[in-house]
Amino acid sequence: MNTRVFELLGLKSPAGVHPPSQKLAAGHAIERAPLPKSVTLPLQQHIGAPAKAVVKKGDKVKVGQVIAEASGFVSAPIHATISGIVKQLATVASPVTGHPVSGVIIESDGKDEWIELTPADPEALSKEEVLTRVKDAGIVGMGGATFPTHVKLSPPPEKSIKSIIVNGAECEPYITADDRLMLEETDRILRGLKTMMQVLSVKRAYIAIEENKPQAIARMRQAVTESSLPGEVEVVAVPAKYPMGAEKTLVKAILGVEVPEGGLPMDVGALVQNVATLAAVYDAVALGKPLVERVVTVTGLVSEPKNLLVRFGTAALQLIELCGGIPPEADEMIFGGPMMGIAQVSYDAPIIKGTNCVLVKQSDIRVEHSCIRCGRCIESCPMDLMPLMYVNYVKRGAYESLSDYHITNCVECGACVYNCPANIPIVSYIKIGKTELQKQGEK
Amino acid sequence: MGNSTPLVLSPAPHLRGRASISRDMYLVVIALLLPTVGAIYFFGLYVLLMLATAVITAVLTEYIAKLMRKRPFNLDGSAIVTGILFVLVLPPRTPLWIVVVGSIFCIAIAKEAFGGLGHNIFNPALAGRIFVTVSFAGALNRFIAPTNSWLADGITTATPLGEGFISTMSKGELYKALFLGNVAGSAGETSALLILIGGAILLAFGVIKWHIPVFYLGTVFVLSFLMGLDPLLHILAGGLMLGAFFMATDYVTSPLTTRGKIIFAVGAGILVVLIRKLGSMPEGVAYSILLMNAFTPLIDRYVRPRPYGYVKGVKKEASP
Repeated sequence: MNTRVFELLGLKSPAGVHPPSQKLAAGHAIERAPLPKSVTLPLQQHIGAPAKAVVKKGDKVKVGQVIAEASGFVSAPIHATISGIVKQLATVASPVTGHPVSGVIIESDGKDEWIELTPADPEALSKEEVLTRVKDAGIVGMGGATFPTHVKLSPPPEKSIKSIIVNGAECEPYITADDRLMLEETDRILRGLKTMMQVLSVKRAYIAIEENKPQAIARMRQAVTESSLPGEVEVVAVPAKYPMGAEKTLVKAILGVEVPEGGLPMDVGALVQNVATLAAVYDAVALGKPLVERVVTVTGLVSEPKNLLVRFGTAALQLIELCGGIPPEADEMIFGGPMMGIAQVSYDAPIIKGTNCVLVKQSDIRVEHSCIRCGRCIESCPMDLMPLMYVNYVKRGAYESLSDYHITNCVECGACVYNCPANIPIVSYIKIGKTELQKQGEK
Repeated sequence: MGNSTPLVLSPAPHLRGRASISRDMYLVVIALLLPTVGAIYFFGLYVLLMLATAVITAVLTEYIAKLMRKRPFNLDGSAIVTGILFVLVLPPRTPLWIVVVGSIFCIAIAKEAFGGLGHNIFNPALAGRIFVTVSFAGALNRFIAPTNSWLADGITTATPLGEGFISTMSKGELYKALFLGNVAGSAGETSALLILIGGAILLAFGVIKWHIPVFYLGTVFVLSFLMGLDPLLHILAGGLMLGAFFMATDYVTSPLTTRGKIIFAVGAGILVVLIRKLGSMPEGVAYSILLMNAFTPLIDRYVRPRPYGYVKGVKKEASP
């Protein structure tokens, strides 16, 4: 209420930025990419402990067979995404960190032979059985965060989940994978949601979609009224403002409450799930199908941007070639959106569970100037922080002052950098600051 | 397969908005065009000479200062803005050698000595104005009536806020003259109309926010009314309008947060009225802004936004 009044007076404009949406592939229906001849599967595709390989060189594998198992509760197994022969256990560059991680390379036999799947009636399954199926299918948050989904679905007993927020915001420019999924796979998403509501005994759900996707909003609204969901489900058109799809921003926009500092959405009774994750949950629970593929938007400078259904481990280059090849002016490839995505070392980088987009672009590196204290970073920050202070303190090495300005609250969305007239890579300074602060804490 | 094209690895975000320092500065220059042309129209071509002198001196001074400090020089437009603003707050017949000395002071002492753009504590143009006022008091207190001709010499007269200002105009005519700018004063401060149009340009392009001008002017209006002064005269006359839109809103020397900006503007407004009513000077805009500039670091230290999810009294570190 208070903030509303302030906002109306213009004393506090709602935070965030408006980058051009560039949803070039929005009109392109999802296409299945041809099966790759080989796949490279890094064994760390999620937040948590890396998976441990359970196959060796020369093993014959089928699609959906576990090739690496979870090594702890916060971890997820990894499955073969094509049928064929394990060619090599190798060290590969992680598309997330760029650091070397163990990986498995499989060479296709061209047959696409699957393991035997065991379908089930989700309503006949117990809560534990559902969670086991989700865990065994290797499902992680597919919006990019890649947190293992079974962990999110097992809140500690003292936290009660009252509502599920389905994240269809897709606030990053260029990406259209979730948009297309909502249009074409509406049913799988809602079935996944139904299962989740049952598992958590939740009676309230919100499907949040940015208002720049009117078709998806209409499609979901219609599907919700026709469906038999166990409780009240509302499709909410949220303002198209980056980073609307960040968990904490979305919780505030939908529920009007803030997640306490250092806490999780479950602290205010909410659980946020990406639409693609829900579709994967349906596949796992009802069909017994492990997570081996996802929709990836291939876009940017390519001549034909597309939304492709891609097996994990496929090299990005193959997808780019399906979209018209590498344009001569391109010299940078991002996995994820332009705001938070990660620049890749090579066009051969493999698609993994969290890769929602392959963005081919021309690099735009700018000279950093001194801060002119314009305050735009403060206005842009969705967490209401003072980003310029982190730059000051990191430059001076005064890391202990960073916590006075709540640096750990920063979600690294990059809105501040987007609006910075001095081209200061504020997020890079913040990452240094967080790392240094953690080192000091460990001493 | 395999493609060995080396790829660029840059940190996120990989997308940048339109904002740039030079865009901001050149927008200010554009917004200053009307008040500048107005200054030449009211007080003659000599003002153009002052402008050329100040801008060239300011840019050259910055270039030399950057050479001496071994820092890269780029024409981001900030020295041009300082040069123009400095002339606009000078009496329209200030000797050129004073313009040169003042411009050097603005850039070399008020800006570069502190570390250059972004590090200066005081608004450079106003610091320069006070420096020349203190150093060359005689020349800096000679104001002329608008000549409305290109080459006329100008007749020395008092400004509307000055001692000995006698007007044969009715109140309505005086307000109109003040609004249009047909009164004695510093070169670019007299026309409220032209400054308001410039201010509107700055607001429309998002270069400045409305809070400082509105709270600054509002405070002066209300307080001068409460103290028995003519509130309309006090917001239209003198350098207030120019200061409110172009000087008090200077990013570098005003507070970062919206609440901080309001405190700054109200403080400056109170100072203007107090100086005009109780001080020995007819005008207080420059001092009011410079004094609040000095308070800016303090305001920024204590006025911060409440972080998302912050619960008073609970100090909690986020788990990584």
